[in-house]
This record gives sequence, structure tokens and C-alpha cells, in this order.
Amino acid sequence: MTVARYIKDEKDKILDVVLESGIHVKTMYTPDDLQRIGFDYGKDVADAGQYPYTRGIHAQGYRSRAWTTRQYTGFGTPAETNERFKLMIAHGQTGLNVAFDLPTQMGYDSDDPMAEGEVGRVGMAIDTLRDFEIAFKDIRLDKIGAGLTINAVASIMLAMYQAVGEKYGYDAKVISATPQNDILKEMIGRGAWIFPVEPAVKLIGDTIEYSMTTMPKTNPVSICGYHIRESGATPAQEIAYALLIANAYIDNVLARGYDVDEFVGRFSFNLNVFGNMWEQVAKFRAARKLWARNLKERYNVKKAQNLFLRGLFGGGGLGLTKAQPENNIMRGAYYALVAALSGAQTTALCSFDEAFTIPTPHSALLSLRTLQLLMDEMGLRDTVDPLAGSYFIETITKEMEQKIEEEMAKIEQYGGIVKAVSDGYIQRLVARQAFEMEKGLESGELQKVGVNIHKEGEPMEVELHEYNYASAEKQIASLQQVRKERSAQQVAQTLKELETAAREGKNVMPYLVACCKAYATVGEMAGVFRQTFGEFQEPSLF
Amino acid sequence: MGEQKRIKALIAKPGLDGHDRGAKVVAHALKEAGMEVIYSGLHKTIDQIINIAIQEDVDVIGLSIMSGAHIPIAQKLAEKMKEKGIGDKLVFVGGVIPGRDIPKLKEIGVAGVFPGGTPLAETIAFMKSAVKRD
Repeated sequence: MTVARYIKDEKDKILDVVLESGIHVKTMYTPDDLQRIGFDYGKDVADAGQYPYTRGIHAQGYRSRAWTTRQYTGFGTPAETNERFKLMIAHGQTGLNVAFDLPTQMGYDSDDPMAEGEVGRVGMAIDTLRDFEIAFKDIRLDKIGAGLTINAVASIMLAMYQAVGEKYGYDAKVISATPQNDILKEMIGRGAWIFPVEPAVKLIGDTIEYSMTTMPKTNPVSICGYHIRESGATPAQEIAYALLIANAYIDNVLARGYDVDEFVGRFSFNLNVFGNMWEQVAKFRAARKLWARNLKERYNVKKAQNLFLRGLFGGGGLGLTKAQPENNIMRGAYYALVAALSGAQTTALCSFDEAFTIPTPHSALLSLRTLQLLMDEMGLRDTVDPLAGSYFIETITKEMEQKIEEEMAKIEQYGGIVKAVSDGYIQRLVARQAFEMEKGLESGELQKVGVNIHKEGEPMEVELHEYNYASAEKQIASLQQVRKERSAQQVAQTLKELETAAREGKNVMPYLVACCKAYATVGEMAGVFRQTFGEFQEPSLF
Repeated sequence: MGEQKRIKALIAKPGLDGHDRGAKVVAHALKEAGMEVIYSGLHKTIDQIINIAIQEDVDVIGLSIMSGAHIPIAQKLAEKMKEKGIGDKLVFVGGVIPGRDIPKLKEIGVAGVFPGGTPLAETIAFMKSAVKRD
């Protein structure tokens, strides 16, 4: 979709292009432009692996290591998901990205009335450690990392990941989880929040603090500009808000008396590839630079490797269409190209059928192959940051940097990111922008192939993933079996200790691990938090 | 039209799904089209949605569902609406809705189904013509 605004004359000649973030694109860029913006190679970009890391965080780029591929995977029961994990790994996927169903994400057990109709639907259902044992059976947790797409109850799922690792003989020090664990973005977009802002951020601080010593290979937080963008933010806002959210988590841990260099190197980001491709490339390059500068200047980070913006750049869900669905395969390929040209450490694509439902094995493998083609066939591993030095790219990278800084300043002026999210200021702003984008599509000002241009052709049927009601019944039966077999006394005891820890403001992680090992359910653990912390009150839309 | 009471619509997010871009876009669009719009916020149970609909005396209930659970949710809503004596209120559904499910939703009593990608103008026109005014 054209998300940039094109000003044209009556003969369809383009007079001006205005990118979403407000940058005007010129017909041609020359050395004069670099002079105009005061471009300084050493200061503005520098070699890959050198501060400010605009060109990339590793000197060797993809030569030393191609990106990690992590298709978002999970549905039905843990057994069904385990099978799909193995299928993806057998086809060369190098990381996991676990999709949980909504009851799990919202801290309800599969037999809770709130879970009705949702069990195993958009991800796999997890109730107890027994489910993780099945989901990760025969997967080398010391060799492959797992992204856990969960936020409000990320602390519970990280504890369970440690418990399953230990159950299978992997020390917590060798396993690597990347829980998404970004609650402020859930409050802006995606909406899987439970607890109020303050305790929710405190839980994130707990996971970061705990990981430092217990799970040093874990990336305890993955800040998601991704969903903020999908909710209507511009690319500049996506990065601005993500950086400010990251700072909020840093501040929480700093207040506990740690040195920033002890933990910030494990932060990672999840950012969106949807949009005008040049603007995205400029966005990622500027983001790396601003994150490094933010850490160095605001937080006085000392160690070079702690300044790296490590990211999953991928997805692009907002760009997919139901109309002419096979076009989504080609869109995915271009999105992947953007991610590769931008030096993504990790990537994943939305599959072509995801505008309808969760992907079939066929469509998920097509996405994986798309990613593999770029690295193994098209030459994207050849050289680092191949667009560097382009008069155009360097100019708009610098302009993006300014736009992102302007957006950050607006939020700081408002009173900071926590206030802007608590009040609903950002939610209202991005919802309004999303509406403007839809209006642009309706008026034809924004163009989308198959939607408002090139609509010719017959509608096509797509083979869709079928939801299996029997999976939900199986999951509920299995949960009830676990409840019978476990020691009720041990469960009650560990939950009691969790409650005390939560109330006294202690780090809850060791208590959660004990609950998980006693086969307490996600609903029981989340229930303790619900009772202790209460629930987030959503700000109004208008 | 000028003398008529404005159409009052409730845009609701039933269930656990939190993807609300679409719901908010539709809420804005209906408001701009001159309707009075109430947005439920996220994670609402069917009972909560029905209570808002009764309290606010809305003409229309629009459900936004992205999780795939549209059929069980619509079924439950239809049953409870009848129970509460508001079975006459118009219901429409938007979200990630595969075409093959539309007949089933209509059968349950959903008056209009507007899957993602439906032009806003179509949704607005439907509501203007479907809400009967005395």
C-alpha cells in the first residue's frame, strides 16, 4: 500500500512524495544533499560494528551469521504445536517464536468460563508445566532460542520456561528465551494487558533483574514498536515510543540499584517492516543510532556491546490483504528484503493467509522459504549495509533521526511515556491516524493493489487452517488430570508464598518458578496477581 | 433526516482479543457520519456488552472479533439478547471473518457482516438503511 502521500499533476506525474513520518522525497539526490544535512561519515554512520552503529551492530554483518528465522507458531494443544515446531526446524528454521492462545495470554485456565471458545484458537493453550513439557519435547533448548509472545503474564511463562528447561536437564544458564514482555505497548496496541501500569512495569523489572544472574542468555524484554505501528503510529512514532518504553523499563531496574551495563545488553526490539521501503530502511538505521546514543548519553552505558539495537524486523501484517491473497506472498518477499537491507538480527513474516486466520503449514513454510531465498540465493549476505553511501538513503536516514527525536520530545513534553500511555494520549493519537489512513484508502489518495487499484480478476478461495474443537476438549481434560495428580498442598503453599512476595514487593520470579514446578496453573498464578495488583482501567477512545 | 434522532451505536470488543485498530476505525467513521458512538473498550463479556446496550439504549451493536471465535460469540450474544428482551436490536460483526462463515452468522441473526477490508462507506450505508426510525 502506498502509505506515503503522492502529489501528482493531471498527467499522473509525481510532483512530491511525503513519507508518513513527514519527510519530503526529492526527485534526485546528489552530494549537495549530504552537504546540506552536514553529513559526516564517522559521526553519522561509521563502519558497521562501530558507534553509533547506523550501519549495523556487527562488523561482519550477515557474513559471520545469517539472520535467525522465527515464524510465529502455535495452535491447539501443546502436542500439535510441538509437531509444528519440529516441522519448521526440520525445514531449516533457526529459532522458535511461540504463539499462545488468548486465555493463556490473559491469564485464564482453559476451563475458565472466560476462555470459552478461545482455547487453542490463535495459539497454543498452556495451563501448567505439563503443557510446556509436551510443547518443548525433543527440542534442544540449549541450541535453539524461543521467543515467547506473551506480555501481561510473561513473568509466569519465563518461570515456566526455566522449569521446563530444568526438567529436561538444561541449566537455566544455557537456555535462551525471549519473552515479549512489553506491557506498555500492549496498552497502546494489541491489548493483552491485565494489571495496572505500575505493577505491570514492576513485573517486567523483576524478569530483567532475575535474568541477569539466573538466565544470562535470556533476553528478558523485547520492546515492540511493531504493534504500536500496526495500531496507527508512523514509523518515526514507532521508534520514538519504543525507545521511550525501553527507557521506562531501564529506569525501573536502575531504581533497584543496579548498574545499567549489567542488564541493558539483553534488551531486544521487535519492529515492523510495513510501509514505504526507503522510509523503513532509514528508520532502522536511524533507530540503531538513536538507541546507542540514548544509552551512551542518557544512561552512560560503558560497554560497546550493550549499545547494540538487536532486533526482529519483520511481520508486515498491516500490509496484507484479503483481496487477491496470493499477492501477500510477493508483499512478504519485499518486506523481507527491507528487513535484510536493514540488517535485522532476527526475522519472521506474516504468512499470506493471515488476513483470514492463522497460517497453514503450507503458508508458514512459504514464508520461511522466502526468508531463506534472500540469504542463500540472492546475495543478501554478501556485504554489510549495502545501501550506505546512497545520497538518498543517507539523507533520509538523517531526516528520520530528526523526526524520531521530535516525536520523543513531544511525549517528554506531555509528561513522559508512562503518563502518555496511562492517560490514553498515544492510544487516541494512533487510533485517529489509523482512521485517517483508512480514509485515504477509501478516497484513493493511498493506493493498494487488489483493494482500490488493479482489482480485476475473480475472487479466490484460500485453504484455511481449521480450528479443532476437539483440541480444546482434550486440553481441558488434560488440565483436569493434572489438577488431580499434583500435590494440592504444595500448590497451595507455593501460591501462598507467591502472594506474600507480590504483596511485599519482592521479586516474584523465584516464587513463580516454585509454583510452576508444583504444577500450579497459569490461571492460579495470574489470579494471585489479579487479586494483589488489580486490573488496568482502559482510557476512553474519544 | 435532520429532525430524526441520531443513530446510536455501540462498538464492542467481546472476549479476550485486544486487537482494536479496526473497532476504533469503525467507531471514528460512524461518529464522523453523524452517529452517536459508544466504544466498549476491551475484554468485555457478553453480559457486560448487553448491559451497556440496555443502559445506553443503543440502536445497533457492532462486534469486532479478530480471534476466530465469531460464531460462538455471536451465538451467545443472540441468546442473551433474547433473554433480556432486546432481541430486536440490530447486530453487526466485523473483523477477521472468513467468507464461508457469513451465512452461519446471518442464520444466528447477525444483520450485517463486514470483514476486514470492507469499505467504511458500506458499513455506514448499511446502518443508515437498516436502523428503522418511527
